Amino acid sequence: MIDAPSSTWFTASPHWHWLIVVHFMLSALAGGTYFLSAMIDLAGRESDRRVARLGYLITLPLLAVIGVVLIVDLGRPDRFWHLFIENHTLRPMFKYWVPMSIGSWAVTAFGFFALLSFVAAFAEQRHLDWKFTRRLRPPGWLGTLVAVPGAFFALVITGYTGVMISVLNRPIWSDTPLFGLLFLVSAVTMAGALLVLGARWLGWQSPAMAALQRILTWLLGVQILVLIVLFVSLGPAVRGWLNVWGIALAIGIAIGIVLPLIAARRRGPLGESGLPVAAALILAGGLIVRTAIVFVPEVNAP
Amino acid sequence: MAEPMGFFTDPTVCIGCKACEVACKQWNQLPALDDERSTMSGDSYDNTRKLDGTHWRHVKFVEQFDEDRRDGRWTMLSDVCKHCVQAGCLEVCPTGAIIRTEFDTVVIQSDSCNGCKACIAACPFGVIDINPVSNTAQKCTLCYDRLQVGMEPACSQACPTDSIVFGPVRELRERAARRVDQLHAAGEKRAVLYGADDKMLGGLNAFFLLVDKPEVYGLPPDPKMPSRNLAPGALFTMLGALVVGLVSLFNFRDRRAGEADRD
Repeated sequence: MIDAPSSTWFTASPHWHWLIVVHFMLSALAGGTYFLSAMIDLAGRESDRRVARLGYLITLPLLAVIGVVLIVDLGRPDRFWHLFIENHTLRPMFKYWVPMSIGSWAVTAFGFFALLSFVAAFAEQRHLDWKFTRRLRPPGWLGTLVAVPGAFFALVITGYTGVMISVLNRPIWSDTPLFGLLFLVSAVTMAGALLVLGARWLGWQSPAMAALQRILTWLLGVQILVLIVLFVSLGPAVRGWLNVWGIALAIGIAIGIVLPLIAARRRGPLGESGLPVAAALILAGGLIVRTAIVFVPEVNAP
Repeated sequence: MAEPMGFFTDPTVCIGCKACEVACKQWNQLPALDDERSTMSGDSYDNTRKLDGTHWRHVKFVEQFDEDRRDGRWTMLSDVCKHCVQAGCLEVCPTGAIIRTEFDTVVIQSDSCNGCKACIAACPFGVIDINPVSNTAQKCTLCYDRLQVGMEPACSQACPTDSIVFGPVRELRERAARRVDQLHAAGEKRAVLYGADDKMLGGLNAFFLLVDKPEVYGLPPDPKMPSRNLAPGALFTMLGALVVGLVSLFNFRDRRAGEADRD
């Protein structure tokens, strides 16, 4: 590796493969759907509540799968609790400077708020006479007390995965500090797309759809900007994309960002019938981009 | 705390016998097979290939020959965990399994490790990997168990040419400086020390003498701590959170205000 563009080329693979892709994707969707649902609940109107409800109902099952995936991916799944408790002293284990440690606690805390919101949404969906549960969603001080910290932890779990890979010394990953920003913005974009698809599948014509469409357009533009800055910040390490995963990334960007953005600007095909197609493209592109990012260090080994 | 201990490895006297590898495996009861195979790598006499969870010493064979092979050089370097003063692996370990010992060495406690693999990617030298027997991350312990009872690590004790020298880091640095002077006087002007001062990750307790660029030996020229991206990465992510928060609130609120006006 005489001509390595960065010292990160001399590191070893952590063997993070498809389960990590699944983790990154589901974290994005779980965190993003909760965040948008909380925003709808806090800032939207009464008629939008069912879109937010859909988001809460999606979040918790995804979070349950994330928990299983994270445990299964450990070399010793039986020791997953070592992330929370130091096994020799039985004291709480938390390192504020380690994204994986922050993420472990954030997923747990997020799970608590996601559970409360899920119960509220479930009771509302089934018209159950659980009066207390309705207060777990805004408006109202108790609902706000759940939604605001829930939205905070939702954003933490969408972004910490990107910060984590920037803090792991691998080629490309740690040659820029911008993956956290990219992951967070794309997570909320994909979650918006998922809510659009879900609402359309259920045949809803909620006014929140128009707002979601505008949000998607904005965030797709932000993603383009972030990607440009990210590529510039890589410097000589940008060479690490000259391989099959670079092609995958380009395809992912074209499918998941450029095409939906063009469709959104043209209005015509996207209008009513084109929106679900654009949403599906955003999700597919987001998956491809995350896959390319997870695998690209593997082909840049010494 | 005891005096910092470490290794000084001098490839100019290494004969590639791999006694260090064998002694390490024997003392630490590491399996002999490579990924459950016993195959030839085709890369010189190097069938160990790399440092990982079951290879804690690795004798690298560096062949440097002209195209017509009339002139050339064959160098061997016994690579090992550097026991960095600022250790990336220790920094990122989320379970506290990686500790710094009283000898200033870095040790993975196998009973605490849950195999999250963060340390593997964080190590700037690619030293750590999963041991398939324990399914935990493992690497050289600088024979912590032997040090605790006043013994020398197995590899340096087995080295027949003193290419690997064990001792207090302060004394090793003095010895290494004298060796560099000796080589310079003998005409080998390329001789330099790698990681002997605190400029590289606060100092490497296992440092090397090199007679070529570090990359030739598979060593990074400028190893860095993984945490260098933590603060900027977190700040940019918070900026992103602010942007998506404002975009979401603005669009949901804007529509509500517009509809209220129409009502």
